[in-house]
Amino acid sequence: MTTQSWLLLAAFLGVLFATVKPLGLYITKLMEAPHWRPQLRLETGIFRICGIHDEMNWRQYALAVLMFSVVGVLMVYALQRLQLWLPLNPQQMPNVTPDSSFNTAISFVTNTNWQGYGGETTMSYLTQMLALAVQNFLSAATGIAVAFALIRGFARHSMQTIGNFWADLYRITAYLLLPLSFVFALVLVSQGVIQNFSAYQQVTTLEPTIYETPKLDTAGQTVKDATGAVVTATISVPTQTLPMGPIASQEAIKMLGTNGGGFLNANSTHPFENPSALTNFLQMLTIFLIPAGLVYAFGRATGDTRQGWAVLAAMTVIFVGAAIAAMMFEQQGNPLLAKLGADQAVSALQSGGNMEGKETRFGIGASGLFATITTAASCGAVNGMHDSFTPLGGLVPLWMMQLGEVVFGGVGSGLYGMLLYAIMAVFVAGLMIGRTPEYLGKKIEAFDMKMVAVGILMTPALVLLGTAIAVMAGGGTATIFNPGVHGFSEVLYAFSSAANNNGSAFAGLGANTPFYNGWLGVAMWFGRFAVIVPVLAIAGSLATKKRLAHGPGTMPTHGPMFVGLLIGTVLLVGALTYVPALALGPAVEHLILWAGN
Amino acid sequence: MKTLLRPALTLFALLTVLTGVVYPLAVTGIGQLLFPQAANGSIVMVNGKAVGSALIGQQFSSPGYFWGRASATGPQPYNAAASSGSNLGPLNPALTDAVQARITALKAADPGNEQPVPIDLVTASASGLDPDISLAAADYQVTRVARNRGLAVGQVQSLIHQHAIHSWLGFLGEPHVNVLELNLALDTVHAAQFK
Repeated sequence: MTTQSWLLLAAFLGVLFATVKPLGLYITKLMEAPHWRPQLRLETGIFRICGIHDEMNWRQYALAVLMFSVVGVLMVYALQRLQLWLPLNPQQMPNVTPDSSFNTAISFVTNTNWQGYGGETTMSYLTQMLALAVQNFLSAATGIAVAFALIRGFARHSMQTIGNFWADLYRITAYLLLPLSFVFALVLVSQGVIQNFSAYQQVTTLEPTIYETPKLDTAGQTVKDATGAVVTATISVPTQTLPMGPIASQEAIKMLGTNGGGFLNANSTHPFENPSALTNFLQMLTIFLIPAGLVYAFGRATGDTRQGWAVLAAMTVIFVGAAIAAMMFEQQGNPLLAKLGADQAVSALQSGGNMEGKETRFGIGASGLFATITTAASCGAVNGMHDSFTPLGGLVPLWMMQLGEVVFGGVGSGLYGMLLYAIMAVFVAGLMIGRTPEYLGKKIEAFDMKMVAVGILMTPALVLLGTAIAVMAGGGTATIFNPGVHGFSEVLYAFSSAANNNGSAFAGLGANTPFYNGWLGVAMWFGRFAVIVPVLAIAGSLATKKRLAHGPGTMPTHGPMFVGLLIGTVLLVGALTYVPALALGPAVEHLILWAGN
Repeated sequence: MKTLLRPALTLFALLTVLTGVVYPLAVTGIGQLLFPQAANGSIVMVNGKAVGSALIGQQFSSPGYFWGRASATGPQPYNAAASSGSNLGPLNPALTDAVQARITALKAADPGNEQPVPIDLVTASASGLDPDISLAAADYQVTRVARNRGLAVGQVQSLIHQHAIHSWLGFLGEPHVNVLELNLALDTVHAAQFK
């Protein structure tokens, strides 16, 4: 790994950790009604109009989450199916197909933002801002609200209720996501991210673009000559068409809400979404910003900030290891290209390394780091094409998703996912010494453990069963792009991404087919809500329990021993579940690539 | 059920207006007011004519221009209306074939250049629209560009130095130069010398 990569990682962690406490304190306050009078009065008025009253028990909370998400799905689906007849569609984008609309609707409502379509060739400006960007806010707020409910479960005792979903949703959106996005969006505009409603703009390039294209006959078939070779025609294009649109406003919440769905097909690799090294640094930072602050808020709200720092320490250790691996393997480059005479060595004049599918302004360090961050969190934005990563460089983002995105993780979902592992860790420790496990003074009992098991096992089941079905079905293998074991990795990556609500892809896989739109849609829905419902059940169960005082036999959950235990639990579950599948994909590919080199 | 349906619909409508209408319009209004050039695509004008965006790469193929990264957009390279990477895996024979073809083309245009070919010059960028090349990739092309323009090698090198961007504080950003900017500067120098 280069000095520059080490410095970048250190600077990233330094700035991130400087934000943890202030943002964490702010988030803690959002769990209660605001103190400032005018704010409270406005809120009370809105709640009265909307019919928002009492605290909810976990069943009501879960039902509210589900109902709100169904409303969101219907809205996103409808806007895509009707966009041709609606305003703000200067490119006359046709209505999106039913299967693609279904997939995209679920994708954005579940905070996945998997994209089978290319933004600049599919979506009208209205669909982007009123369907997709709105869900960027609301799906993020939903995740944070569920984390709030779980935190209340730990903080409260002898109570039936875990908060009011609508109040949480409103406060998180209006007081946290909107202000942060607004500021970040303007910073992005100042750096070159576009923000307008113009039609696509044509410019006359310095040189015409000349290219060969297969000649088609009147029936639309390729023409072949006597030897069977495809006849091509030479075409010269004197212009370039630049996409336009309200990108910055969507880009800001795309990162802050760990959504990751790009306005444009190439996502954060595109210079109009991510024009410079500075915007790239800020984008990486904004992915982890809220997940990290939430962990602090968890410690604060449960009355012991050390508990938050312990969880954060476990996340950071796993993250740093993964980031170093990704940057190192990408810097190593591709031995096959070295043989052809390409220079992949780092120098003062180039970043070197595996540059296929990467942008020059980001180079290797910032691309490897971004890939780790976006998959450790449930973001899924990309600033380089993961499909073209080296085998082990690509294994890192794949495995980070498969760990359940609990390393910082998605907004809200990262914290509640990690707390499932924390409960699992104290349970394992309890088994070893034969005591009833406790976490933060709450006895962990049979019902809680059943829910933890459902929450942790749901996504691996979806990933492995989904991948197995896809590689056995014609519809699954038909659109694999890369030959050999890498093709298998594409499918495994797709289901890992969907079920864990990430949204990044080994994008060679042609996913805009009824097969993948359907199956990945199912994986995304259950990957989200079959975890949220058990989490809320645990929250409800914990809230009813008494908080036990620390005794001499209580295992401390704020020290290095617990951090180690938590890391071990996460890695063990992740490794045991996925090693066979990973061995068939990236591991074999690595051995083939380096054989004889 | 009914007690849940009312807030589900009303709050959804309220937050949709707030985040889907008010917010993007506010960012557009202020963005257009404060940063009109950036908000509208950083368009580069030459003699009153739009020749491209400073942020979006273009295809250059004549030997008198610096060439950019390979672009995997379809149907033509640098199709800004359909950004895309190649998505070729590291073992895909299509990748090695494409890189080999690019190396061959570079060498054919510049016989006698025995330097190793910088990797970014022979690989496809992620967006297909990468506006930049590494300084190594620019240096590699100096002799070819100078010869085809009738300029001194030192003249072309100093153009690169003028437009080079280095990393900031040793960690932020990679050494690179914007190809369109460099080629426009090249045209200016060339025109001044041969008018």
